[in-house]
Amino acid sequence: MAKGSAKKEPKVVGENKASTTPFTPARHEIPYDHLLEAKTDARLGKRLRKELGDDKIVAMFGDMVRLRRFEEQAGRAYQRRKIRGFCHLYIGQEAVAVGTMSALGEADSIVTHYREHGHALARGLSSNGVMAELFGKVDGYARGKGGSMHIFDASRNFYGGWGIVGGQIALGAGVAFANKYRGEKSVCVCFLGEGAIHQGIVHESLNMAAKWRLPLITIIENNRYAMGTSIERISAVTDLTKKAVGYDMFAESVDGQDVFSVHAAVKAAADRANNEGRPSFLEMRTYRYRGHSMTDPSDYRSKEEVEQEQDLRDPIVRLRNWIVANKLKSQDELNAIDDAMDRETKDAVEFADKSEFIDPSELTTDVYVEWPFDIE
Amino acid sequence: MRELAYREALNEALAEEMERDENVFLIGEEVAEYNGAYKVSKGLLERFGARRVIDTPIAEAGFAGISIGAAFTGLRPVVEMMTFNFAILALDMVANHAAKARYMSAGQLSCPIVIRGAGGAGGSLGAQHSQSLEAQYVHIPGLKVMMPSTPHDAKGMLKTAIRDPDPVIFIESEVLYGMKGEVPEEEYLIPMGKGDIKRAGKDVTLISWSRTVHTCLEASAKLAEEGIEAEVLDLRTIRPIDKDLIRESVKKTNRAVVVEEGWPWASVGASVAEFVARDLFDWLDAPVGRVHQRDIPMPYAFNLEPLSLPSVEKIVEAARAACYRK
Repeated sequence: MAKGSAKKEPKVVGENKASTTPFTPARHEIPYDHLLEAKTDARLGKRLRKELGDDKIVAMFGDMVRLRRFEEQAGRAYQRRKIRGFCHLYIGQEAVAVGTMSALGEADSIVTHYREHGHALARGLSSNGVMAELFGKVDGYARGKGGSMHIFDASRNFYGGWGIVGGQIALGAGVAFANKYRGEKSVCVCFLGEGAIHQGIVHESLNMAAKWRLPLITIIENNRYAMGTSIERISAVTDLTKKAVGYDMFAESVDGQDVFSVHAAVKAAADRANNEGRPSFLEMRTYRYRGHSMTDPSDYRSKEEVEQEQDLRDPIVRLRNWIVANKLKSQDELNAIDDAMDRETKDAVEFADKSEFIDPSELTTDVYVEWPFDIE
Repeated sequence: MRELAYREALNEALAEEMERDENVFLIGEEVAEYNGAYKVSKGLLERFGARRVIDTPIAEAGFAGISIGAAFTGLRPVVEMMTFNFAILALDMVANHAAKARYMSAGQLSCPIVIRGAGGAGGSLGAQHSQSLEAQYVHIPGLKVMMPSTPHDAKGMLKTAIRDPDPVIFIESEVLYGMKGEVPEEEYLIPMGKGDIKRAGKDVTLISWSRTVHTCLEASAKLAEEGIEAEVLDLRTIRPIDKDLIRESVKKTNRAVVVEEGWPWASVGASVAEFVARDLFDWLDAPVGRVHQRDIPMPYAFNLEPLSLPSVEKIVEAARAACYRK
């Protein structure tokens, strides 16, 4: 799957089976080839079980469920006007966040986009703190000054939460640049949506990351819709790994609905960055169940398309089935984990609701580190 | 005292700060092997090596953004923009990212970066290469903006900018790079937000920054022949401006003319004039005068360009008007 030489087309995991799957989106004339058989690779599962251990895999299941229950609660709170403004739910994409974070170490960094609640939680930020930020309360990670799209936790090298599509790739490359400048062996993972790939800044940054051999892992979360515009309607190529070929960068398409595939790809990319000084470009083929934001009714796709994705490729169900089939846990035990996550995220709503708004005296703080002048 | 050219003074500031702090590095188009488009970075590659003096592709947004990300982790990038006409390609990175990081993270991130390069008209460069774009940056909370007018100030201000913990936009002047002036051997810093009286006077205050400070000085010599003693203020930092310096001067002269190279609307000069008119209303004996570039893209024709730019004649005329003299 190495792309360096660009001799061959990038190999898509499960590519051969794609054409026979029944998921061809109803409204797309060009069949989209990323649809994969909703089955976890048995050999990969076996390998990761050995590498990670049962507890870690069960914890990854718990993390994915936490992300989903959290977003369900956030959606409800939005409808009650407890959360306002833009709110982009991550439901459907959980395997990408959890698979990625499970492959990173504490010294690694993350820079991400505005659909980032899941990334934050998977990185270890607390449900309470993230929910409080969504509620605009002082116990949020940015004391309510950031909001849903701008979650930061510098203590975990979680460098935000950015709202200008594509802009964060340069910041991510910059964090990776700093790692290299200091001679540290750590990577920066930068998340982008597939809609961001057409921004000029992405190409400027990928070129420099490749030329300067920065320890950058670019993760394209291809959920197939840039707001309401499908990838086929706007991109000259639907195989996004082709974008990286021009920069002689390692590129790979990954089944983003399989947490094991995501973990393995990110782990390999981190090793590649740390040991060979080579950046990677990983296209995670995933799917978002909800609208682009809370105000999007998703009229641009059929209900059947969404249902098929949920029924046949859901990342949580896939991991659940694997865990039960391999007898790490029983259905009942997994249900208990789900219940615990349900409680935790409901508690987070209560916590956020009870938290105070920031004191108005802080309206003008945090603009500068040093500003011994008045603020008008 | 020894004399250095403006570009040499900047070069010394860069070298001294890179020597002092391992976290400082210089990045931009042609800064390393070419020694800088305007030779500001001459010799730095040889002295500090390719790890810290970094040539980039022509991708202003990209290398500005990479530097901003690096600054979040505590590095102190100095980003050279060949000119600010190109720097606005990176305005998204500066306005939406560098300037907002601290506030959006409630103080968790800081961005100690300097984005520097040539601004203003260079002479017969045409409309796309002859712009004074400081207003774009002065408008944005989260940024600080400095524009030195002399070699002495250039050195002391750049050192301050590099040590500043916040993003600093540092706009030099294409026509001043060769200008010589006294620069002390010993180390000195010029504080952020402090202006300077470049000529003392009692009859009218001319407020300016960067290149047009010199136009004001020339004009004040002419005005002196007519018995008008102009005080020339060089704001040096234009976000924030030195309000106290302006207050002190205008309370003495009771008349003010704001002189800038940029366009008139929504400009730095417009804001300074508004500040004087509002804050010093009771002290003013005449409306605040303004001299600025004409409200047009810069023409190339040799006869037209000087007509668009602020000139000694225009400043003399505005100062006379403020003094009710013909």
